[in-house]
Amino acid sequence: MKRHLISTADLTREDALLILDTAEQMAQVSTRSVKKLPTLRGRTVVNLFFEDSTRTRTSFEVAEKRLSADVINFSAKGSSVSKGESLKDTALTLQAMGADAVVIRHSASGAPKLLADSDWLHGSVVNAGDGTHEHPTQALLDAFTMRSHLNPGVGHDLVGRRVTIVGDVLHSRVARSNVHLLHTLGAEVTLVAPPTLMPFGVETWPCQTSYDLDAALTKADAVMMLRVQRERMNAAYFPTQREYTRRYGLDARRLALLPQHALVMHPGPMVRGMEIESSIADSDRAVIVEQVANGVSVRMAVLYLLLGGSEPAITTSSANTSEENGK
Amino acid sequence: MSTTNHLIRGARILGGDPQDIRITDGLIAEIGANLEARDGEQEIAAEGLIALPGLVDLHTHLREPGREDAETVLTGTKAAAKGGFTAVHAMANTFPVADTAGVVEQVWRLGRESGYCDVQPIGAVTVGLEGKQLAELGAMADSAAQVRVFSDDGKCVDDAVIMRRALEYVKAFGGVIAQHAQEPRLTEGAQMNEGVVSGELGLAGWPAVAEESIIARDVLLAAHVGSRLHVCHLSTAGSVEIIRWAKGKGWDVTAEVTPHHLLLTDELVRSYDAVYKVNPPLRTEADVLALREALADGTIDIVATDHAPHPAEDKQCEWSAAAMGMVGLETALSVVQSAMVDTGLMGWAEVAQRMSAKPAAISGIPGHGRPVSVGEPANLVLFDDQYRGAVNPDSFATRSRNTPYRGMDLPGRVVATFLRGEAKVLDGELV
Repeated sequence: MKRHLISTADLTREDALLILDTAEQMAQVSTRSVKKLPTLRGRTVVNLFFEDSTRTRTSFEVAEKRLSADVINFSAKGSSVSKGESLKDTALTLQAMGADAVVIRHSASGAPKLLADSDWLHGSVVNAGDGTHEHPTQALLDAFTMRSHLNPGVGHDLVGRRVTIVGDVLHSRVARSNVHLLHTLGAEVTLVAPPTLMPFGVETWPCQTSYDLDAALTKADAVMMLRVQRERMNAAYFPTQREYTRRYGLDARRLALLPQHALVMHPGPMVRGMEIESSIADSDRAVIVEQVANGVSVRMAVLYLLLGGSEPAITTSSANTSEENGK
Repeated sequence: MSTTNHLIRGARILGGDPQDIRITDGLIAEIGANLEARDGEQEIAAEGLIALPGLVDLHTHLREPGREDAETVLTGTKAAAKGGFTAVHAMANTFPVADTAGVVEQVWRLGRESGYCDVQPIGAVTVGLEGKQLAELGAMADSAAQVRVFSDDGKCVDDAVIMRRALEYVKAFGGVIAQHAQEPRLTEGAQMNEGVVSGELGLAGWPAVAEESIIARDVLLAAHVGSRLHVCHLSTAGSVEIIRWAKGKGWDVTAEVTPHHLLLTDELVRSYDAVYKVNPPLRTEADVLALREALADGTIDIVATDHAPHPAEDKQCEWSAAAMGMVGLETALSVVQSAMVDTGLMGWAEVAQRMSAKPAAISGIPGHGRPVSVGEPANLVLFDDQYRGAVNPDSFATRSRNTPYRGMDLPGRVVATFLRGEAKVLDGELV
C-alpha cells in the first residue's frame, strides 16, 4: 500500500483486494458487543473538513474510534478559498500537533494531492472527497457492498459484473472514483447521464457511456443513482426537474427492467423524488443503508493499512486472517 | 551622454558569421572584422555568442501601482534586462487601473527612473476594465506616456458594441486594441483547458471555443470598421486557423503567443501544482504544435511573455484558489530557443523579427526593434545559445518565483544586454 489514499486510480488490483479483505475483518468487529480494536492506540488522526459533510465525517470518526485512535475534528469550512488561514498554515499546524494521518474533505479538486505532495505535513493523507475529483473511500465501500452480494468471498473481485452509474457524472467525485476502482476489479461500468452532465473526454475513460437509461438497466447487476442538485437546472444542464426525473430517475417501471438480483445503490445524500422514487429507496432492493454500515469497515481498513498495518488487524483472529496477511 | 563605449568581439549577428560591433555614444558605430580598439572602449568578449536586437515585450505585468508585493517597475525591468529585453509594455490591470492619463504617466515615469529598460504603458480600453464605458483613450494617447496600445487584458472586452467603438476610436491617433479573447459566460469558474485532463481531474474547463469565438467576432469587427486588431496570447489551434483566415483576407490583424504556450501542455496540471495555472490555460500538445507552426510561418506575428508575477501565497494553495499567471521575462528567449530554434522551425533572424522588430512595429515604440546595423540605437542582446542548465528561480531578478520551469533544463542564457549603448547586464548579471 502507498502512504496516502488520494485516488482509486493509484490502487492496483492487489491493493484494492487487500483493502476489501481487511474490511471484511473489520466488519466482524462491528458485530461484537465491544466494537473496538487497540490497533491505532496512541496514533492521532485529524478529520480536516473544509466542507460540511456530517455523514462522511461521522463515518470516519466511528472508524477511527473503533481503531482506538485519538480523533481530532478540525472543521475549517471555507477557510482557505475565502482567504482566511491558508491550507498550508493549517497543514503546518496539524504537523506541529503530531497528526499521524489527515482525513481531508475539500471543495477544491486536488487539495488532498497538494497536501500529500507538499512537505507541510508528514502523516498519511486520506482523501474524503475533493471537489468534483474523487472520493476513494466511497468507491471502496461501494465495491465492498457489491462484492458481498454479487461475488462474496475473501480475495474475490468483480470480474464480469455490470454496474450502471446514473446522474450528474460531470460533477461527481463518486463516479470518477468508482470508474477507476470498478475497472481495476474487472467490472464493466456504464455511465448514464444527459449529454450536458457527461464529462469532457469521457470516451477515454475505461467504461461505456449512454444517454438512454432504460437500455442500460436490463443487464445491470447494480445500478448506482447519483445525487442531482436542483441548482443544476439553473445553469441549463437540463430544462426542469420533472424532465430530469422522467428521463433519468429510477422509478417503479425502471426497477422492473432490472434483473431480479440487481442492487439499487446511492452514495447519499439522496434527493428523493428527483433521481430516485422514495418507495424504491426504501425497498428491499436498495442496499443504501448497508452502504453506510460498510463505509465504517472500509474506512477502518484504509486507516489501518495506511498507518502501517503490517500485523494482522485482529490479533485474536482465525487462520483465515493470517492466510490473508501471507499474501 | 557619458556612457562607456564598447567594442563587442566576435558576436554572431542574427546567428551569422562572427563580427566585431563598435558602440559609440549609444549608437552602433561600426560593424566589421578585427576592429581596432580605441581608447576608453570596454572590450566585450563575445566569441560564439548570438547578437540580437534588444527584445521588445508587448505584454508585461509590472504590477505597480498596487501589487508591489508581486513586482515593481524596478524589479520587473531588472528581470526584463536579464531576459534580454530593452523595452516592455506594461499592462493596464494595476490598482488603480491604468485607465487615466495620470496612472499611465506614473508608470511611464517609474520606468524612466528604473533605467533598466524602457517602459511603455498600455492603457485600459474601458474604465476599471469593467467593459462598460470607454476610458479616456485620447487623454492617454496625448499624455507624456504617449499610449498607443490599449487593452483590458485579464478581462475580455466582451461587449461587441464597446469593442467596435474602441477599434474605431483609436484610429484617430494610430492606436491598436489588444484583445484578451475570452468569452466570459463560457469560462465562468474555469480552471484549466477543457479536455480529457480537466474531465479526469474534476476541474472546470476553459474551452478553446471561448477564445476562438471572440477572435472570430473581433477580426470581423476590425475588418468591418477598417481598424487594427491585436490578439493577445493565442492558445489554440483553432485560433490560429481564424487568424490565418483573417490575414488571408488582408485584414489588419496581428497575434501573439507566449513562450509557455509554445512549450507546456495541460498534462502538467495533473500535479495540481498551481504554478501551472495561467490564463489562457495550458492546452494540448496538438495546440502547442499548431502554435509553433504558426509562429514559424508568420501567422502569429510575435512572442510576448505575459509575464505575470504573483506572491508565493497566491500560488501555494488549492488550485481553484490560486492566481493565474507565470513569470516569463527571464526565461523567454531560452524557451523560444527550445521550442523554435532547436527544433529547426526558426533561425535567429526570425527570432529577432518576432521578439523585437515586429512587437516594436505593432506598438510604434520609437528606437526599438531596429536592425543591428550602423547608425542604429545600440539596443542589443548577447545570447549564449550553447549554454545548458537547469532554471534556478533563486537567481531571478523578478520579485516573484512563480515559474513553471523550475529545475527544467533549458538551452541558452542571456550574457549581456545593452540599452542605448549602456550595459545593463554583463556576464549574465545586472550591472
